[in-house]
Parts: sequence; structure tokens; C-alpha cells
Amino acid sequence: MTRAPLLGTSLAVLLAFSLPPPAHAAAGESAATKPAANAKIERGRYLVTTSGCNDCHTPWVPGPKGPEPDMSRMLSGHPQTEVIPTPPQLPPGPWMVLASGTNTAWAGPWGVSFTANLTPDKETGLGKWTLRNFVDTIRTGRRKGRGREVLPPMPIPMYKHFTDADLEAIFAYLQSIPAVKNRVPEPRPPAS
Amino acid sequence: MAVNTRVALALVALLGTATLVSLGSLPVRSEQSVPSAAHGADLPERLSDAGLFVPGTLRVRLDLLPFSPQYPLWSDGATKRRWLYLPPGTAIDASQPDAWAFPPGTRLWKEFSHRRAVETRLIERLADGSWRYAAYVWNEEGSAALLAPADGIASLPVEGAPGGRYVIPSQDDCLACHEGGPVPVLGVSALQLSPDRDPGAPNAEPRLPGHVDLRDLAARGLLRNASAALLEFAPRIETPSPTARAALGYLHANCGHCHNEGGPLAETGLLLSQASADAAAVNRVLHSTVGQPSETRAFDLDQRVVPGRPEASQLAARMRSRSPLTQMPPLGTQIVDPEGLALIEQWVRQLAPHKENSP
Repeated sequence: MTRAPLLGTSLAVLLAFSLPPPAHAAAGESAATKPAANAKIERGRYLVTTSGCNDCHTPWVPGPKGPEPDMSRMLSGHPQTEVIPTPPQLPPGPWMVLASGTNTAWAGPWGVSFTANLTPDKETGLGKWTLRNFVDTIRTGRRKGRGREVLPPMPIPMYKHFTDADLEAIFAYLQSIPAVKNRVPEPRPPAS
Repeated sequence: MAVNTRVALALVALLGTATLVSLGSLPVRSEQSVPSAAHGADLPERLSDAGLFVPGTLRVRLDLLPFSPQYPLWSDGATKRRWLYLPPGTAIDASQPDAWAFPPGTRLWKEFSHRRAVETRLIERLADGSWRYAAYVWNEEGSAALLAPADGIASLPVEGAPGGRYVIPSQDDCLACHEGGPVPVLGVSALQLSPDRDPGAPNAEPRLPGHVDLRDLAARGLLRNASAALLEFAPRIETPSPTARAALGYLHANCGHCHNEGGPLAETGLLLSQASADAAAVNRVLHSTVGQPSETRAFDLDQRVVPGRPEASQLAARMRSRSPLTQMPPLGTQIVDPEGLALIEQWVRQLAPHKENSP
């Protein structure tokens, strides 16, 4: 079970060199601010790629060399078309966590969680989020700093230590990638 | 559920370590951005040293002003007492009628009891204008209260609390509710301290002798720059029905500190706060809820409020839930407010289908 994230991280690092370039800064920006904006987005792209975001937020599909992230749906979260049945109950023992083949649905003591759509789609992704919403989420482990808790396997205990500048760069990059309309299901509570 | 979530969070620390193998190559991060317990760094360890009591006693100081907001926050049935302290010679600036400016040195206290005092919270405005938050936890004997850890206490055994356990909020929890609106003070405002108190407010507390209201504050010189209209015409939520008035007041007090026009959740378009000097706030609530699509599809419901149908309204469904995944409010409560829920359901039932502006 722990191999998947490690493998995913390696793949994500390799894919850093093949990802599409970020969207260009908005027209009308001054010559001085445009390179700065691009540099921020580039920094965000580097952080997103190397921090393993694609491991869980990009659905995996079988490829010629085994499972790999489907970059045509980059960072769009658990596919809404992928209906997940109730997870099987694990026998007593050390195994606690299950993941779907897409690596986007996870079951454990917290219930079933589905990875979020991080693309800038306004209805189903982060399109209406502000930088503050994003920073508050990562810092506190609650949606937008005030809603429900963000569930495992999102590594909030580690990511909360990103600097403000890094979180700003990550958010700028996420807002620059192609929007994907994909309504991720709501999480499910643990079986009682 | 909450316990499971804590277990899960401990687990994710492990998972996160596995996922983040590449982070070691990143530049050293600025320590300044790492969250800390700095908010409470200089706070006294003991409540008895924190300015609430007459020194050497557990008697509340006479220069503190007790108050009771007309629309109380639901706190799982806890009995609450509240006090306001303003430094001598200072006053609240009411230039903005719904965003009062409190002077540095302002302190507010709230005591929560379940048969006995369990917790006393403090909000204080510092000299630099920032606010800090603290929680003190009482011992069973009621002889002392000690500063709670910045992470709070997820499950404190308290006989008399629902389920026998009580949650002490973390610093982040304090900020979540108190820094989502125009001013961190929620219970001392023109609407909450209006002399025209709503008799239909759920869980209403009587205004006891000595409790200050809007006019008292002004008469004592503790409220400056309040408009004549604010003092002459006691603020009230103007609606055609008593049910609507109480419902909108309830939503204001229990939801409006996050779901308001100027806060970090404004982009969701869900606006549940009221204003003493802006009658349009009533219609804003209706326009942002009735027939409006919800941001999520929790409970497989896709509208915030469906007129006449509380069972199809996500707003009511979330109030009816105490699953950490779906409940509203998400913090500060573990059991449903039966009186508040009944009121909101009644309000939704009374909303005429396809008619706007008829609260």
C-alpha cells in the first residue's frame, strides 16, 4: 500500500519535464510584472510536481509500463464517472488503508475520501477560491480554514509548513492550468 | 467520529512522510511562516491572573460589563456568562454601525458551564491592534482554571456535557469563527445588544439586571460616533413574520460570522449575516439561499433552500447533521440544536414557492 505514493512521486518528478507550459499571464500586464508572474507560476509548477500532488489528484490509468497519471485530466481529482462501491472490510491486522485503481478514492478509519478537483473550474474546482481560501485550507486542515476537516491521505501535517510564498506560487500555478469540469463526490463517513 | 478523525490525522502524518520524500531537496523554509502558538505566548497560565477576577478571589471584577446577545450562539446547551472590559477613558467607535472598532486593551470573556464551569474564553485586543484568543479550563472543584494548549483539547471528560465529553477549541478554531467577518467580536454589536430583543430567538437568555445594551453603552459614554438613528430606533430585523425575524437572527448569530459579504467565504455567495443599518440584508439572505445551487452535493441535495421543503434544503440538512463531514456549524457543537432546527424548518416551510422577497 505504501509503494503507490512513492512510485507516484518518482513518476511526478519525471513528468515535470513533460508537463504543458503554464498559461501566459493576462494580457495588459506590464513588462515588469509579467516575468514575475511567470516566475511565480513556474515555481508553483515545480512545487506541485515535486510534492506529489499528481499522485492522488490526477486519476491514474493503466499504461504500457503500468499505472500512470492521466495527464489529460491533470489535477482534476476523483473522476465523477468513477462510482466507488462500499469498500471491503479489512480483517484484523496491520492493513488499514485501501486505494482505488485511480489512486483518487481512499478508504480508511476516516471513511472514504475522494481527492479534490484542483483545476480552476468555477463550479467544480478552485475557480472561485481566493488565495486566502487556499492558504487557510493548507494551514489549518479545514476547508477554507473554517469548514470540514480535510481528510487523509492529504498530508496536511507536512504541507502546513510551506512558506506563504510557496503557497502563493502553488495557488498561482493551479489557477493557470486547464480547467476540468469534474464534480468530485462528497466524502463518506466510516461504517458504523 | 471526531476520535476517528484524530486517529486518521495521526495516520496521515505517516502517509505524508512517505509521500513527501522529495521535499528534502527544497530550500530551507522561512520560520516566520510556520504557524505557532504565538497568540497565547504571553498569556497568564492561570485565569485568576488574567484580569477577570478581583485579585485573590474568584469574584468577577465590578468594572466588567456583563451582557447577553439577543441571538445566542448554540453551544450544545451550555449555560453562558459574558463580560466586556474597556480600558478606562476609552470607548467603542460605532462610526461603522455593523463593524464596531474596539480600543486596544478591550477584553471579552465568556464562561461555559455544564452544571459546573468548564471553560472560560478570552478575546483581547492588543496595543498593535491585533487580537488574541485564549481558553482556560476549569478543574472539577471550580477552584482554578488553567490556560489550554494551543491545539485545544479534542475530548475533555465533563459530566453533564452531551455524551460526557467537551471540546476545547484550538487557536485555529478561534480564528475560524472570529476572523471571518468584519470584526472579531461577535456578541457585542448594535443588533445583538439592541434593546428591541427578539422574543422568538431560540435558546434566548433573559437580559438580567445590570446587563448592558446598546443604549446603556451610549449613556455611559462607552459608545462614540453612533448615529442618532441607531440609538433612537432600536435595531431589529424587519420581516413580515415573527418566524422569519427569529430565523434570520438565528442564521446571523450561528452562521453569519463565516457566511457574510466581506469575509473569506464571500465568493461562495452564501450570505447569512444581518446588519443593523442595512435593511437590504434580509433580502440578501433570501437571494443567496432560496432556489440557489449549493456549492456541494452533500446529502445528494443541490439547493441551499427549497421553499416549502426543509427536507430538500441543504441548509437545514447540514443543521440536522452532526457528522464532521457535513455538519453546520462545523465547529463548537456536537449535538443538534432542536429549537434552532425546528425554527429554520418552520421558516423554510413558510417560504412561498416561486415568490421572492417574502421572508
